[in-house]
Amino acid sequence: MLSTNAKADRAKRTRLLSTLSQYGVLAALILLIVFGALRYTGFMSEYNFSTFLRYNAMFGLISLGMCFVIMTGGIDLSVGSVVAMSSVVAALLSPYGAFTALLGAVLAGALVGLLNGWIIARLGIQPFITTLATLLGARGLALLLARNQGGVGVDTSNTVFTWFGQGDLLRLPVPGVMMIVAFVLGAVALRATPFGRHALAIGGGEDASKLMGLNVGRIKLGVYVLSGALAGLAGLILASQLGAGQPTEGLGWELSAIASVVVGGTLLTGGTGSVWSTLVGAMLLGLIFNILNFENGKGIISLSPYWQSVIRGGFLLLVVVLQSRLARQKGRS
Amino acid sequence: MTAPTSAPPAPSGPLLLDMQHIQKAFAGVTALDNASLGVAAGEVHALIGQNGAGKSTMIKVLTGAYRRDGGSITFAGQPVDFASPLAAQRGGIATIYQEVNLVPLRTVAENIFLGREPRKWGLIQWPAMNAEAARLLTELGIQLDVKEPLGSFSTAIQQMVALARAVSINARLVIMDEPTSSLNEREVETLFGVIRGLKARGVSVIFVSHRLDELYAVCDRITVMRDGRTVYAGDMQGISRLQLVEQMLGREIKNAGAQTGFVKHKGSAGAKPLLGVGGVVRGTRLQGASVEVGEGEVVGLAGLLGSGRSELARVIFGADQPDAGELRFGGQPVQFRSPSDAIKAGLGFCSEDRKAEGIVPELSVRENLTLALLPRLSRAGVVDNRQQAEIVERFVASLGIKTSNPDQPIRELSGGNQQKVLLARWLAMNPKLLILDEPTRGIDVGAKAEIQRLIGELAQEGLGVLMISSELEELIEGCQHVTVLHDGKTVANLAGDEISEAQLLHAMAQGLEPEDMPRPPTPPQVRA
Repeated sequence: MLSTNAKADRAKRTRLLSTLSQYGVLAALILLIVFGALRYTGFMSEYNFSTFLRYNAMFGLISLGMCFVIMTGGIDLSVGSVVAMSSVVAALLSPYGAFTALLGAVLAGALVGLLNGWIIARLGIQPFITTLATLLGARGLALLLARNQGGVGVDTSNTVFTWFGQGDLLRLPVPGVMMIVAFVLGAVALRATPFGRHALAIGGGEDASKLMGLNVGRIKLGVYVLSGALAGLAGLILASQLGAGQPTEGLGWELSAIASVVVGGTLLTGGTGSVWSTLVGAMLLGLIFNILNFENGKGIISLSPYWQSVIRGGFLLLVVVLQSRLARQKGRS
Repeated sequence: MTAPTSAPPAPSGPLLLDMQHIQKAFAGVTALDNASLGVAAGEVHALIGQNGAGKSTMIKVLTGAYRRDGGSITFAGQPVDFASPLAAQRGGIATIYQEVNLVPLRTVAENIFLGREPRKWGLIQWPAMNAEAARLLTELGIQLDVKEPLGSFSTAIQQMVALARAVSINARLVIMDEPTSSLNEREVETLFGVIRGLKARGVSVIFVSHRLDELYAVCDRITVMRDGRTVYAGDMQGISRLQLVEQMLGREIKNAGAQTGFVKHKGSAGAKPLLGVGGVVRGTRLQGASVEVGEGEVVGLAGLLGSGRSELARVIFGADQPDAGELRFGGQPVQFRSPSDAIKAGLGFCSEDRKAEGIVPELSVRENLTLALLPRLSRAGVVDNRQQAEIVERFVASLGIKTSNPDQPIRELSGGNQQKVLLARWLAMNPKLLILDEPTRGIDVGAKAEIQRLIGELAQEGLGVLMISSELEELIEGCQHVTVLHDGKTVANLAGDEISEAQLLHAMAQGLEPEDMPRPPTPPQVRA
């Protein structure tokens, strides 16, 4: 019964690993918060909390979409460009009303997602290549819409629009509230709707899912539309925060999103995934940058902001290497 | 040895499935020729045949994976023509494959209900779903935690979950393709219990297996296929094991001799031992397989499909590592960690699946022939073209490879000539031992005789050959020794005059007597 046991072992190992990394990342997040609270004055301030959430909500949103895409075994590289494009769309629409801008930005993102999903699901092109192409295309569209200027100014008289990115709701920053609502809905969708369960099933075995009568194409289309729409929402927040649509922003954000998902313990091969771990992963990566800022503020060391990417990349590598080493060790015992 | 007549006795009940005059060809090659299959309601029906006999094609035609060229299919009284396996499933025919077609990472309950989860206001009702899944499995006599991922259970349990799914979507016919091939004895028993349960509920089962004892244990009727035709259909108890094997292999008693191209040389009585393999164990597939090959000998490796012939060849060649057993080559104990170790030691291996594991279709005859030789032909990474051309020319001439020129893509050659190129590829390496897995399968008669003659000649020049073959003539006329495997165990070693049709058939079928049944020693616990 070699093969059978091996298979069963592998499944157990996979599960153990994902639980382990789930709690491991949560523990790391808590440790980092305790470290920050003890070391820096102002770290636990409402101001820091609010600023942190305001900025990182955008990463949380695109990570949530990415989580669903990766669960099906796919990847969405276009989200960074889509954020930029949607921010321009939102800025352009801001004179016509805040909710028009909101709808426009989300719709613009969803359209790119629809294109991604259609090409991947109906034409059977690999997600990596498809979304790489739309990454380029969406960036180009963002620049075109901004008429090659640095940015498109937002209609500042539209206070509701400004509130989306800078306002508060029940003393919580609005982007943070949006993110939390999105994650709650995402968790329910994953746990208790056919859409979420079928997305997981497809990632775990596409042929088997097809044979069981699941509409694989529609689910795939759905996850890319979701990812695009969430990136569109992030674009709205970006425009509102910066007071301008920024066609050159969002560079490499897709990689941060992928990192958040992976750090959260979701396998890139699909078939598993946790919405909450993804949130923890995204917050952890954001917190590393936040801590770095405070460290710079103390004036003992001075690290350029470029170190942000270096440290994020290093962290991601560390997590992935640890995951595979753990898997190998389990395999030996 | 009179074979039962091919006129099938009428089954007890009305037919649930009736396939008649099924025709199917692939690119002009006939796969099914006037094949038929009838299954009564509530019947467990065995479908057997050697590789290439057409069983899988028949099943794929039924489930809509292939379109048939001709013939009729009636299911539950209606003529049917399923467009896809999914359509067949919706029509009441479920297929459970060897590799279970479920999602291992999802829970047992989800796998049973995927696509039709109980819902309330759009949300999945987990408690209801779990309870219903547990109830379905209990009905099949299985108790387990349905909230665990499917992948944490054994293949046997996974198959039964697949069965539970099939039953719960009201399948009236379940097709099981070699369901027991990776199960141990206890798991097989549990599965049989489930199958009997299905039968009691009026569900019909088509059971594809090569383990004859299992067929007798669980099946009511049997259909035997050979060369794309239905050659026997009747009650399971009305046919003996020996008769079954005869039907499968298509023995029509003819005068022996002159059916193959082999010119058997006597082979010096005390041929110098070249390869010695003893007591090889690997997983469930090999349970103590032994074989010896001397220099200049052609040794046949016989056995029914699934007896472990190819698996043994892979172990010898270093492609798989054995759990136990010893290997001697040229008098020395050896352990090949990889095929490249084996090649260095002087082994060659022509795989059974020429297309998948042998030729590179788009490359030329020249490139295919010298593929394994390239490291020796190159200096500082650059291939010596002149030397390459010489070698190719030599083998094209000596083996009589029919090709317009050496740069012709190999896919344009006939099967026989492709096989010759593969033979040449190994011969160019100057091997001491060549393992041939079904060297003449799918090759037309003329080329077949030529390849057989070639094998004989090579042996005469001192090459040791281990030949896996399902063709009795080939074994009888071509081999100095024949080793017969059954269920991964060597059950007979025949030499000289012992190598006869009767003896071979007897050895292949005799290994099936219960007292000889080799089984894995300690079956892991089945959670059932």
